Amino acid sequence: MKTRLSIDPRNLPSLVTLALFILMFGLGSVSFTGFFSLQNFLDLFIDNSYLIIIAVGMTLVIISGGIDLSVGSMLALSGMVSASLLEKAHWSPILVIPVVLLMGVAMGFFMGYLIQKFNVPPFIVTLAGLYFARGLCYVVSLFTIAVNNPFWQAAAHAQIKIGNSFISPSVVIAIVVLLAGMFVSRYTKFGRTVYAIGGNEQSAILMGLPVARTKILLYGLSGFCAALAGIVFSFYTLSGYALNGQGMELDTIATVVIGGTLLTGGVGSILGTLFGVLVFGTIQVLIMFQGTLNSWWTRIAIGFLVFVFCLLQRLFESSRKKAKGQENKIAESPAATAS
Amino acid sequence: MAWWRSLTSKKLFWPLFALVILLVFNLFFTPHFFRLEMKEGHLYGNVIDILKNGAPIMLLAIGLTLVIATKGIDISVGSVVAISAGVVAMLIGGDLQGIPKHPIWLAMCAAILVAVVAGMWNGMLVSRIGMQPIIATLILFVAGRGIAMVTTNAMVVWLYAKPFALLGQGYLFGLPFSIYIVLFILLLTALATRKTALGLFIEAVGINPTAARFAGISAKNIIFAVYAFSGFCAGISGLVVCSTVMSADGNNAGLGYEMDAILAVVIGGTSMNGGKFYLVGSIVGALIVQTLTTTIYAFGVPPEISKVVKALVVWAVCLLQSSSFRSMIAGVFGKKELSA
Amino acid sequence: MSDKAPIIEMKKINKSFPGVKALSDVDFRLFKGEVHALMGQNGAGKSTLVKVLTGVYKQDSGEIKLGGKPIRPDSPLAAQRMGINTVFQEVNLCLNLSVAENIFIGKEPIRFGSIDWKTMNRKAEEVLSRLNVSIDVTRTLSSYSIAIQQMVAIARVLDSSAKVLILDEPTSSLDENEVEQLFKVIRKLRDEGLAILFITHFLDQTYQISDRITVLKNGSFVGEYEIDKLPKLDLITKMLGKELSDFSYSTKNDGEKDAAAKALKDRGVVLRVKELGLKSSIAPFSLDLEAGDVLGLAGLLGSGRTEMARLIFGIDNADEGEIEIKGKKADIASPRKAMMAGIGFCSEDRKNEGIFAELTIRENIILALQARNGMFKTLSAKKQQTIADELIKSLGIKTPSANNEARQLSGGNQQKVMLARWLATKPIILILDEPTRGIDVGAKLEIMEQVLNLSKAGLGVIFISSEFEEVLRCSNKIAVLKDKAKIAELHGEEMTESGIMHTIAGGK
Repeated sequence: MKTRLSIDPRNLPSLVTLALFILMFGLGSVSFTGFFSLQNFLDLFIDNSYLIIIAVGMTLVIISGGIDLSVGSMLALSGMVSASLLEKAHWSPILVIPVVLLMGVAMGFFMGYLIQKFNVPPFIVTLAGLYFARGLCYVVSLFTIAVNNPFWQAAAHAQIKIGNSFISPSVVIAIVVLLAGMFVSRYTKFGRTVYAIGGNEQSAILMGLPVARTKILLYGLSGFCAALAGIVFSFYTLSGYALNGQGMELDTIATVVIGGTLLTGGVGSILGTLFGVLVFGTIQVLIMFQGTLNSWWTRIAIGFLVFVFCLLQRLFESSRKKAKGQENKIAESPAATAS
Repeated sequence: MAWWRSLTSKKLFWPLFALVILLVFNLFFTPHFFRLEMKEGHLYGNVIDILKNGAPIMLLAIGLTLVIATKGIDISVGSVVAISAGVVAMLIGGDLQGIPKHPIWLAMCAAILVAVVAGMWNGMLVSRIGMQPIIATLILFVAGRGIAMVTTNAMVVWLYAKPFALLGQGYLFGLPFSIYIVLFILLLTALATRKTALGLFIEAVGINPTAARFAGISAKNIIFAVYAFSGFCAGISGLVVCSTVMSADGNNAGLGYEMDAILAVVIGGTSMNGGKFYLVGSIVGALIVQTLTTTIYAFGVPPEISKVVKALVVWAVCLLQSSSFRSMIAGVFGKKELSA
Repeated sequence: MSDKAPIIEMKKINKSFPGVKALSDVDFRLFKGEVHALMGQNGAGKSTLVKVLTGVYKQDSGEIKLGGKPIRPDSPLAAQRMGINTVFQEVNLCLNLSVAENIFIGKEPIRFGSIDWKTMNRKAEEVLSRLNVSIDVTRTLSSYSIAIQQMVAIARVLDSSAKVLILDEPTSSLDENEVEQLFKVIRKLRDEGLAILFITHFLDQTYQISDRITVLKNGSFVGEYEIDKLPKLDLITKMLGKELSDFSYSTKNDGEKDAAAKALKDRGVVLRVKELGLKSSIAPFSLDLEAGDVLGLAGLLGSGRTEMARLIFGIDNADEGEIEIKGKKADIASPRKAMMAGIGFCSEDRKNEGIFAELTIRENIILALQARNGMFKTLSAKKQQTIADELIKSLGIKTPSANNEARQLSGGNQQKVMLARWLATKPIILILDEPTRGIDVGAKLEIMEQVLNLSKAGLGVIFISSEFEEVLRCSNKIAVLKDKAKIAELHGEEMTESGIMHTIAGGK
C-alpha cells in the first residue's frame, strides 16, 4: 500500500495534522517528565482504539458529503446489548458479536435509506438516530451491566508485548479496521464512488456510478464501525452503560476535520483521520499531565481546532471560487448541507 | 365542506389538532391527568407540569423558529443554555445566608450577554464566513459544553439567592412564572417580526435567498441577527433552567434540548426548508413534545425512553415533509383509484 | 459523405409537454466523419431533440435509428452504452478526483481485486495523447482549466465504443486559443470517423468548425444545409423565421420616440458606463443612458445581454471599468447598493431570482420598497394595499386579490408583479431582462406599453429581449451584442431588423 506522500496537494492538510501531532507530542515531552516514552505513545492507541474505528466509518461518510450523528449512541447501544446478551441471556461471544454488528448495520441501512430514497437531510435523520439509539439503551437497562464473560475479560486484560511496552488486542482491531479503511478508500470501486459522490453527486450519477446503492451501504458501514467500536469500548470498560459515548459523534467529526477531510465532501483520507485521533488523544494526555487544568478544556481545545480547520477550509474554498469569477452565495439550507 | 377546508388549511390547525388528540388520549387513559390542586396559592397537576417543564424548550423554540425560517439550523442551543446557567450561577453563588456574590440583575444580564455573544459567533460563521449552519453550530455544541464546564470548574454550582428562584419556581396568579417569561418573549418576538418588516425579510431570505438579495435585502445581516437572537433565547432559557434547580450543572443542563426544540418548531408548521414561520405553532409544538414526555412519564415509563418515541416522531415528520414520500403515498392511492 | 448511410437518423420526432409542443415532426440526420451543428433560438427545440436522442426524454412519436437499426434509449446510461455520448458545458465530472480517475471511474482496471492505479494512469495518458493533450494525469481535475477539463470529458466518452459525440455549448467558457485547440481535436476525431454533433450559439464558430448544419425554429424542422452553401445572413434569417423582404419596419416611430425623449424636461445622462467588463463574462463595454431613453440590447442567445445587466446592477462585480450615476461615480458592489442608487432590475429568471412563491402578491410588490426604507420604517398595511392596488391596476395584473400567494399567478402576471416591485421604488434607471418571455401576446403588448410610458415619465430604461421586433418597437437606441461583447450601437434610421442582423453577421 503506497501512501502518496510525494507532495500531492491533497495530502497537505493531513501532513499539517501530522506535524501538529509531532509538535504537541514534542511539547509534552519537554514540558513533562515521563511524557516521552514509547508506552505513552502506545497508550494513545490503547485509549483511543474505539475512536479510530468509529472515525474510519465517519471519514467515509463525510467524504461523501454526508454526516452521521448517531455513532456515539450506537456505540453505547452496542456495548449495552453486548453486556445484556452476555450477562443476562448468557449467550456466547461467538453469537453476541455478529448479532451486535448486524444491529449496527441494520440501523445504518435504515437511516441511509431515508436519506437516499426520500431526500431527508442526513443531519436530522442521524440526529433522530442518536436519540433513538440512546433511548434504546435505557430500554435494555437503566443501570450499568458489568461484564464477567471470560472472553471479554481476556480481551480486556491481554497485553501484546512490544519490547518493554505493550498494546491491547483492541489496538490490533483498530489497526486492522484502519488498514481496511485505507484499502477501501483507495483501491475499491465503492471507495472511489464515495469520493465521486462527495465531489459532485449529480456528475457521479451522470457518469453512471451506482450512487444510490453506495450511499445506503455507506451509512450501513458507519453503523458497523460504531457497533464494532462499542464492542471494543466494552472491552475497555468491561461494562455496558447507557451514558457511554455522549458527545462522541462530535469528537469523531472533530478528529476527521482536523485530519484534513473537508466537511463539504470529496476530499479527505483515512490516514489523516488517524493523525487527527492522535492529536485529539495528545491534547487529553497533555491536559492530564498538566494536572491543574479542567479536563473539559479538551472540549474547548477541540472546538477551537475544529473552528480553525473549518475556517481555513472555507477561506481556501472561497479564494478558489473568487479566482474562477463566481459570485458569493450565502450559505444554503441544511437540506443542501452535508447531504 | 368549505368551512372544513378553510379550517384545516390554517397552518395552526394540525399542530393544535395533534395536541388535542394527545390530551384526549390522556383524558381516557391516564388517571388524574387533568386534576388540578390548589396548594399555598399555587396550582399543581400534570397540566401545570407540562407548562413549567416546557418553558425552557418553548424559549429555545422561539429563537430557533427564526433561524430555521432562514433555511438555517442551530444545534448549539443546548450548550448555550448550560453556559448561561453556569455564568449566572457562578456570579450569584452566595452563601447559605442567601446573599449573592454579585447583584442578581447584573448576573442575569451577564449571562444573557454571554449567550448573545455565542449567538453572534454562530451568526458570523454562517453569514460572513459562509459556513454551513450545521457545521458552524456544531462547533459551539462541542466547545460550548466545555466552556460551560470550565465556567463552573466542572462542579455543580449552587446558588442561594432566594429572589432568583422566582424565575423557575415561582408562581403568579397560580401559574408558573416561567410561562409568563415565555409569553413575554413570544409577544416581543411577534411584535418585532410582524410590526416591523423584519418578519417579511426573514421569510423572503428563507423562501428565495437569491431573489431576496436581488430585491435589495441585506440577507447577511438578517441571518446574523437571527442567530444572535437564538443565542439570546438560549440565554434566557438557561436562567430559567438554573433557577428551577437553583444550581448549574455544566454537564447536564440543557442536554438534549436542541432536539426537543427542533422537533417543536417542525411540528409547529415551520418547514426545515425555510420560509414562512409560525411562532405560535412552535409553542404548540413544544407543548406537544412536553405532553408526550409527561404522558410517557405518567405511565411509569422511565423518561429516557421518551427519546425513542421522539426519534420516531422526528422520522415520521421528516417523511411527511419529504415531497418524494408524499408523492409515493399519493401514487399508492392513485393506483388504488385506477384499479377500482 | 452524402452517399453513405447516416449513423443517426431521426424521423418525424414529436414531443409535447403540458402546455407546449416542443418538437413537431422534426427530422435529423448525422453522418460518420462530419461535424454537424444544430442551431436555433429560444424555444427552437434544440435541447429537447438532443435529450430525446440521449434518452433523457422519450419521444411521443417518431423513430430513431442508429446505424440503420431502430433504437429507444431509455436513459442517458443506455444511450452511452449504445455509443451516443454527450459532453456538456458544465463539464459533468468530479473536480476532486484525478484526471485519470475521471476518465476511468466506473470502469477502472482491476488487478488482484483492487484498482490498478498504474495501468489506469498509463491508459489515461494514452487516451489523452490521442487528443494531443499531455498532462500529469495524477493531479486533480480542478487544477486544470475548463478547456483541459473538457478534453478529459471527451476522453472519458471516447474510451467506450463511441459512435456519436455530442458537444453541448463546449466553447462558452473558452478563450480564443483554447477554442482553436478544441477545434483541432474535433477535426482530428472527425477525420478518424467519429460523428460529431455540435451545439452552440456562437455564429462565427459554427462557420469555422461545422460541415453541415440543421436549423430548428419553434419546434419545427427548418432545414438541413451544407455550411459552405449557407451564407451567415441566410442562417440568421432562417433561425428567426423571416425573409429579408419582410422587413418593412418603418423608422418613423423611432424618430418620434427619439424626439419625445429629447423633449423631456430633465434630460440628462442618468447612467454612464465606462469600459465595464468581467473576464469570462463580458468584454469591457461603454454606454450612455439619458432620462427618457429606452436602450434596447439586441443580440442572439448567449451574446452577453444578461451579463451586461448583472454588472450594472451589482450582481456580478466587474474587474475593470466604472459606473457613473447622474454624473457621480457610483460603487455598485451589490444589488442593494444598486437599488439605493436608484437602479431596478427585473431578472429573466422569474422563478429563481424574482418571485417569492409563498409570499402574497402584495408582499412581492412592496418588498424592494420596504427593503429600501429599512426594517423600521414599515409601510402600514393600508399603505401597502394602496401601493399594491395602484400598480395592480395600472399594470393590469389579473388576480382576485392582492393577498393571494404569488405562486398562483400565471407567468405573465408574475412578470408584471416583478415590474410592479421595481416601479414601487421609483427608480431612475430600470433594467428589464426578457420581460416578455413566456407571456401571451396581449400581455406582451401591455408590458411594452408600460415601458414606453416609463420612458415618457423620465425613466432611463434598458430593455433586453430576444425578439428584435420588440426591441425595435420600444427602443430609441439599440446596442448590438455578439459573442459576449458589445459590437455596435444603432440610432435613428439604422434601427431596423435587417440593420441588426447585418451588424451581427458582420457587415453588409
